[in-house]
Amino acid sequence: MDETLVLARAQFGLNIAFHILFPTLTIGLAWILVFFRLKYARTGDAAWLATFKLWTKVFALTFAMGVVTGIVMSFQFGTNWPGFMTKVGNIAGPLLAYEVLTAFFLEATFLGVMLFGMNRVPAWLHILATVLVAAGTSLSAFWILALNSWMQTPTGHIVADGTLIAGDWLRVIFNPSFPYRLTHMMLASFLTAAFVVAGLSAWRLLKAPEDAAARGTLRTGALLAAILAPLQILIGDLHGLNTLEHQPAKIAAVEAIWKTEKGVPLVFFAIPNEEQKRNDFSIQVPRLASFILKHDFDAELKGLDAFGANTPPVAPVFFAFRLMVGMGAAMLALAWLGVWLTRAGRAAPRWLLWVLSAFTFSGWIATLAGWIVTEIGRQPWLVTGVLRTEDAVGQVSGAQLGASLTAYGITYAIMFVAYMVVLTHLAGKGAAAAEPHPEKGFVKGAA
Amino acid sequence: MTLDLPLIFAFLMGAAILAYVVLDGFDLGVGMLLPAAEEREQNRMVNSIGPFWDANETWLVLGIGILLVAFPVAHGVVLQALYLPVVAMLVGLMLRGVAFEFRLKAEGWHRELWNGLFWFGSFLASLAQGIMLGRYITGFEPGFAYLFFAFVVGAALCGGYVLLGATWLILKTEGALQRKAVAWARWGLLWVALGVALVSLATPLVSETVRNKWFDFPNTLWLMLLPAASVAAGLRLWVVAGRLGRGEPAREWAPFAHAVAIFVLAFLGLAYSLFPYVVIDRLSIWDAAAHPSSLTVVLWGAAIVLPFIIGYSALSYRIFRGKARETLYE
Repeated sequence: MDETLVLARAQFGLNIAFHILFPTLTIGLAWILVFFRLKYARTGDAAWLATFKLWTKVFALTFAMGVVTGIVMSFQFGTNWPGFMTKVGNIAGPLLAYEVLTAFFLEATFLGVMLFGMNRVPAWLHILATVLVAAGTSLSAFWILALNSWMQTPTGHIVADGTLIAGDWLRVIFNPSFPYRLTHMMLASFLTAAFVVAGLSAWRLLKAPEDAAARGTLRTGALLAAILAPLQILIGDLHGLNTLEHQPAKIAAVEAIWKTEKGVPLVFFAIPNEEQKRNDFSIQVPRLASFILKHDFDAELKGLDAFGANTPPVAPVFFAFRLMVGMGAAMLALAWLGVWLTRAGRAAPRWLLWVLSAFTFSGWIATLAGWIVTEIGRQPWLVTGVLRTEDAVGQVSGAQLGASLTAYGITYAIMFVAYMVVLTHLAGKGAAAAEPHPEKGFVKGAA
Repeated sequence: MTLDLPLIFAFLMGAAILAYVVLDGFDLGVGMLLPAAEEREQNRMVNSIGPFWDANETWLVLGIGILLVAFPVAHGVVLQALYLPVVAMLVGLMLRGVAFEFRLKAEGWHRELWNGLFWFGSFLASLAQGIMLGRYITGFEPGFAYLFFAFVVGAALCGGYVLLGATWLILKTEGALQRKAVAWARWGLLWVALGVALVSLATPLVSETVRNKWFDFPNTLWLMLLPAASVAAGLRLWVVAGRLGRGEPAREWAPFAHAVAIFVLAFLGLAYSLFPYVVIDRLSIWDAAAHPSSLTVVLWGAAIVLPFIIGYSALSYRIFRGKARETLYE
């Protein structure tokens, strides 16, 4: 691979991986905010108001990180992948335009009302604003996942003069992998948000064990996670079967199946050996992969040898998949444990608070691992069967890419450290501190 | 009847970019003015743009989105040619956007740091946008003179944003801060006058295409209405701001309205200079246009959704009308 391609991919990968952290959290958290807001509206309890205000601050911070890194994305399509726009711009463009028109303005505008307008508008309008922010974030996920899914499993297009145009927009949007990917990502967002809420509440309880608001939010997060984690495992399985049907090479990489054969073993752990096309140090269960993927112990599975040169690198896909599944299983166990230990108003033991705090960002790790599986697993294609990644790269020099990669890297590092410091600081102070100080307002109260 | 879709989208893109320049222009301008104010005033200044900046920046995404949707070929050409200023602008916008949140939650030297980054990000983004404009109108020609020209445009745009920011503050503040804003607005206006004059003189010199469009009698006579109206708006702004500064009765929204008028007029002049090119001398809007099927589907969406966007944006400005307060979260 030439230098420009490597740097363009590294830069885009860095940006998209950094960006996705924040929407992943806000999509789920926005609906949790709706829940807190409605709780306050129904009970009139100041504790719910304080809870709502604290978490809107976490939301605002996270949303701002998402917005500014998202703007970078909208430019990098053109700067890094001009070939993508030339070839499939007629499909990608409208989907992105609909995202901006229906989602971005909605969430950005009503965010202002939600954050700063509570005393300026009637309660119903403030509740509506909170709902519209949540609807905006979810709509945004709808459009961007429609585009991503179309790139993975393109349908509904026709070729005209070497470029693609949409023949049937409904088939473009509702392409075969879209329902699975959308559901999988929405659940990932809710799980991420649930663990952030539970984890930061646990962090607060380590400092102030009597904080009733933090106990309530910890319970909310744990319950939500306990309900959604098994659902996510089910959807993930269905998503995998869908991928087997439409992108079998990706599954071959996920399971490190090098040769097409019958009765394929399930590899739990191995070091994929790309040179010799085999697995080293493999720990496996005979015939189980065939059973899981085809529900028949003797079924034939296509190996990487069936796809010629059109295969992704195996090791990153293989390991990222195991990281995702392992993290998902740990999250499920922890959520159930958390719900059990806090049943009927019991206070969580300190060791659980420590574990939950440590798992605050577990959703990010699982989500990033999942995206690595699906995006690297799609290679060498940018749009499966239509456009190769190497054919979409632009003419920007390696020096420019290197310089800007450094600039982005430094900026992201500063932003990330500041984000983490402020988040733990906010959480450590708890909901009570989010109440406006009579004179100086929130600024003084939280600091 | 068939619609001239590329023309419609050129208009929509222009409108989105103009909306961005005016709306994010005033909040970038407020950011650049931050170091000129005292600490208590700084809170008030930032609070005056608090509920709006997210949505304001969305117009940039819409503008670039329309470029991508409607003129995909130009999207690649323009963004690759402007690669480094685009990166600088994005870094600036990122620093500024997060500094907005972080400065609220920080204290002591942390707060000073984020105030500094808020200023720096606003300045970097404004300068970079001006440089992009300068490179764009000269068709990305290489060479020192063209680069110098781009920096002059960058400086002029910074002045323009300062003018928008200062007049916005006249509208949203009162007392000592408002009087300061009047002085800032007058400085900004001088800066803009100098910048616009330089750019208007230099652009026909560096671009033959632009020269031919402007010096085409008798059209030239009509075109002179644009600079004449700009001068009139500028003079009026100067006078009204002066009255407000002396505490005499005058409409507080008038300076901002005149600043917006100057931007609209400059934009119209620019649009006339460049039309029908999306990349000057290389790609016309019809050469670069996407397939009609894509344009039609987006046009439908825009026709339905844009009125809602304009409606609820107006609602948001109405909800947060009046003077900015010192505390933001209430």
